[in-house]
Amino acid sequence: MKREGLVRIPSGCAIASVISTEGNRMSGETIINAMVPMHERSNGLGGGFAAYGIYPEYKDFYALHMFFDDRSARKSCEVFLKENFEIIKSEHIPTLKLSTITDEPVIWRYFVSPLRAGLRELQIDEREFIVRKVIHINSRQPGAYVFSCGKNMGIFKAVGFPEDVGHFYRLEEYEAYSWTAHGRYPTNTPGWWGGAHPFGILDYSVVHNGEISSYDANRRFIEMFGYKCTLKTDTEVIAYIMDYLLRVQGLTLKESADIVAAPFWSTIENMSDRREAELKTFLRTAFSQLLITGPFSVILGFNGGLMALNDRLKLRSMVVGEREDRVYIASEEAAIRAMDPLAENIWAPGGGEPVIVKLKKGA
Amino acid sequence: MKINFILPEFEVIRDRDSCVSCRICERECSNGVHSFNEKKKIMTADQAKCVDCQRCVALCPTSALKIVKADCSFPSNGNWSEASIKEIYKQAETGGILLSSMGSPSCLPVYWDKILINASQVTNPSIDPLREPMETRVFLGKKPDKLKRDSDGKLKCELSPQLSLSMPVMFSAMSFGSISYNAHKALASASCELGIMYNTGEGGLHKDFYEYGKNTIVQVASGRFGVHEAYLEAGAAIEIKIGQGAKPGIGGHLPAKKISSEVSQTRMIPEGTEAISPAPHHDIYSIEDLRQLVFALKEATNYNKPVIVKVAAVHNIGAIASGIARSGADIIAIDGFRGGTGAAPTRIRDNVGIPVELALAAVDQRLRDEGIRHKVSIIAGGSIRNSSDVIKALALGADACYIGTAALIALGCHLCGNCQSGKCNWGIATQQPELVERLEPEWGKKRLVNLMNAWKNEIMEMMGGMGINSIEALIGNRQMLRGVGMTSKELEILGIAHAGE
Amino acid sequence: MLINAKGIDHKKLNDMLRGAGNDFIIEECLGQRFIAAGMSDKHIEINGIPGNALGAFLNGADIKVNGNAQDSVGDTMNSGSITICGNVGDAVGYAMRGGSIYVRGNAGYRAGIHMKEYRDRFPVIVIGGKAGSFLGEYQAGGIIIVLGLGVKDDNIVGNFPCTGMHGGKVFIRAAAGKIKFPRQVLSSPSGSEDMSIIEKYVSRFCEKFGYSPSAVMAHPFTTVYPDSANPYRQMYVSN
Repeated sequence: MKREGLVRIPSGCAIASVISTEGNRMSGETIINAMVPMHERSNGLGGGFAAYGIYPEYKDFYALHMFFDDRSARKSCEVFLKENFEIIKSEHIPTLKLSTITDEPVIWRYFVSPLRAGLRELQIDEREFIVRKVIHINSRQPGAYVFSCGKNMGIFKAVGFPEDVGHFYRLEEYEAYSWTAHGRYPTNTPGWWGGAHPFGILDYSVVHNGEISSYDANRRFIEMFGYKCTLKTDTEVIAYIMDYLLRVQGLTLKESADIVAAPFWSTIENMSDRREAELKTFLRTAFSQLLITGPFSVILGFNGGLMALNDRLKLRSMVVGEREDRVYIASEEAAIRAMDPLAENIWAPGGGEPVIVKLKKGA
Repeated sequence: MKINFILPEFEVIRDRDSCVSCRICERECSNGVHSFNEKKKIMTADQAKCVDCQRCVALCPTSALKIVKADCSFPSNGNWSEASIKEIYKQAETGGILLSSMGSPSCLPVYWDKILINASQVTNPSIDPLREPMETRVFLGKKPDKLKRDSDGKLKCELSPQLSLSMPVMFSAMSFGSISYNAHKALASASCELGIMYNTGEGGLHKDFYEYGKNTIVQVASGRFGVHEAYLEAGAAIEIKIGQGAKPGIGGHLPAKKISSEVSQTRMIPEGTEAISPAPHHDIYSIEDLRQLVFALKEATNYNKPVIVKVAAVHNIGAIASGIARSGADIIAIDGFRGGTGAAPTRIRDNVGIPVELALAAVDQRLRDEGIRHKVSIIAGGSIRNSSDVIKALALGADACYIGTAALIALGCHLCGNCQSGKCNWGIATQQPELVERLEPEWGKKRLVNLMNAWKNEIMEMMGGMGINSIEALIGNRQMLRGVGMTSKELEILGIAHAGE
Repeated sequence: MLINAKGIDHKKLNDMLRGAGNDFIIEECLGQRFIAAGMSDKHIEINGIPGNALGAFLNGADIKVNGNAQDSVGDTMNSGSITICGNVGDAVGYAMRGGSIYVRGNAGYRAGIHMKEYRDRFPVIVIGGKAGSFLGEYQAGGIIIVLGLGVKDDNIVGNFPCTGMHGGKVFIRAAAGKIKFPRQVLSSPSGSEDMSIIEKYVSRFCEKFGYSPSAVMAHPFTTVYPDSANPYRQMYVSN
């Protein structure tokens, strides 16, 4: 059977997240619990988490989480890493042996910063440098795969049910102010860990539910700008789109949402605020190929916040709740209740209506 | 002894019992096939003149007529087809270059027919276009590279001029001269009602049609007929015609006998002169010269109109398109080798150029490989026959399609392929007033509107099946296509997988 | 209004010309293309070297260049006048339909290609020096006059003059019979009717550039015109 990336595998999913707007850090146990009542939405073929604020002692360095097929793949990739980065620390990511999680690759993490000479040579900024090097590794370095590359954040994923994956990575031992989680229901058995979600680039991480119908239009557009969709998954292309719109084009979260889940033309025509209508028309026309159609609910994680977004027809479920400094978002209310039985203001955001939650004090 | 080797191609079959000798067929046939034999008091036919346009059949009040292919045939031969033999006879007799019209009928592959479209099952939902929103609007033109904000941080909503279309289909260039006033009027008024565009072709814009300007693409071809300031300003976009799919690499020639008073005024040339379009634009001998003409037109219209560059699909089309995209053009139109024409040398029509499917796929991929696909929109033409061809073209990477022949068929064209004679019995490819008036513009407009609305509904239905509710998500979405019965090279060029993969 | 064009691109330069005022002098012009494209009611004098497609689609404006000009001057011009005090590049007056272009010096290849006339529109090109090959190619109307002033040799129109000509006239200030024309055009010594047309435009030329009309006219002229009995009919047979 072809490995993920050589073939496109549609999936259904469960997603959940929690964030403390005060920046209070919480252990991974909360988010693992959220995934338990949504067990039926996954089929044991992929689970994962993204956690923000977990590496305060290394917050100025990019944390590369990597899978290697074997030791020799790691050794040869490390040559590449050393040519491009100053490596502050490199270590095994601690795991717990579980009968439910098998066939694990070599899982490693590096805290790095780009070599100045490399930046000067390419005349690009640090973040663009990271993106290029990560895409290089993932498309050119055999047996090596970067699955997380942001600062002070990390993605943890594996083939298995999400709650097992959480325990496997000992997420109870990490403290994050924001967590997102994903349980996957792929339509066949890729058996490759890189294919699990979240998908991340820099500090942007995406968990996503639904199979989009615009995939190849989006992919073929975004690949013009240096991205390479090696996994052929919706999550991957959405992450690249968000990176392109937010980082490269400098758009706001709201503006980006107006592109990927653009309002219908008829809605725009009926807007009473002309400036608003002009802006939406502009964004939709300028980036028509980044409109995402078909069902999706996504949670975008980034340093300092979260954005949840449904497709404009709201073909997937998504619920938001809150209490005190915490905001919860999940595919099902049950997941929110599992995290906090006393959560209040439970509501379902409309299609194309982004829910943006940011830390009060910034990242 | 003078022997004409060329046997009549068609046979006029008249049911004597039904024929009432009303002589309608005689009146309707501009080729002079039918006549009344006063002596015998019966209708007779000169079959050699028949072009099988079916006009008489359609108008016979007693359904007494039938035109069939004559079964009188040459000895069968796998190598020497009947057509090949006849062509030699014609050339041996006249010394002439073979001249044909309409698109190539040759049996080269039609890739549209080897491509199949996807539909959603289980993993995502299909959409019912009758009951749920479904968007077919497209904007053609350059999209920005990098957005800008003003000093207050507000996004600057500056876009290059765009062509807004209610659906991704337009009527392609057909000049007034090659087709009739009434045909033009039908196309122009239908475009207005539909919110799409028609194209003047290289024959200028008739004064009566300036009112349809916002739905008009004005063409600038090598002969520059009818091109002046007001003409350039009149349209919604300007198209530079470099080539045409039916006759890449050669110019055009509207004979003096077709330069009627109205045609002469529109082309701005004296009545009765020859209208010759040179093969190239004589100010474009190289790609940088194209940039010069593109910007000359932009300067003349103060950068208010998108500029389209239309080229025939030829071998190195990917590189050509890349050059065009970098020339400042806003839109590239690619015309495939099966595209129609009012007249083209047969050998060129049937042997020069490549299928639009392959050209389109190559161009779209090339522009993406170079990271400039967003800087230019792509229009595909050259035999788009139905709405599924449109869907396939869009998924391969076109932003919109041009249709010519399909629109003419809607107006009554029966594809007899004798446009060059100027005697079109359906009032389309003719300037003879008594023939032109057979095509009633209002009736023609209605039929074109019907056709486009029907296609639009079919497009929405197929989009719904794919779970796509806005057409921009279909453009370049090759995952929605699969090929059947193609070699891996063909699939590679089209950038699609084989069915079953 | 005086415009110093140094460092200004063509878009900005044309924006300035489109703005208030009708009389402009452009100084230090250096390669800006499309100057005055599509414009009417303007008088523009240019010092320096204007770029290609000067006065393209010109619609009534007057342009004077106090020096040389490059390619495609007066492309598809509709009316107005362009005066070039030096030489001009290739394809001057391509597809022009009306107005006039006066060139004191030489013209490049394909001068007046596909020029045509229509009703009251009558395009005229007068070239003071010599013209390059393919002069008046595809000419469909209007007139082209080549004077060959100060040219030593006889060959003042290059090779293949009037190829494809099917309308209009070309007047060449040279004795008939010395120039080889394609078989579809005829040439003969200019008669009195032609001479009076020539004289009209030659006197304007002389007025612009300070020549003596009588001296210029005191020379045989040749009229070139299409042979209507021998057209370019490609023999076609319906297939």
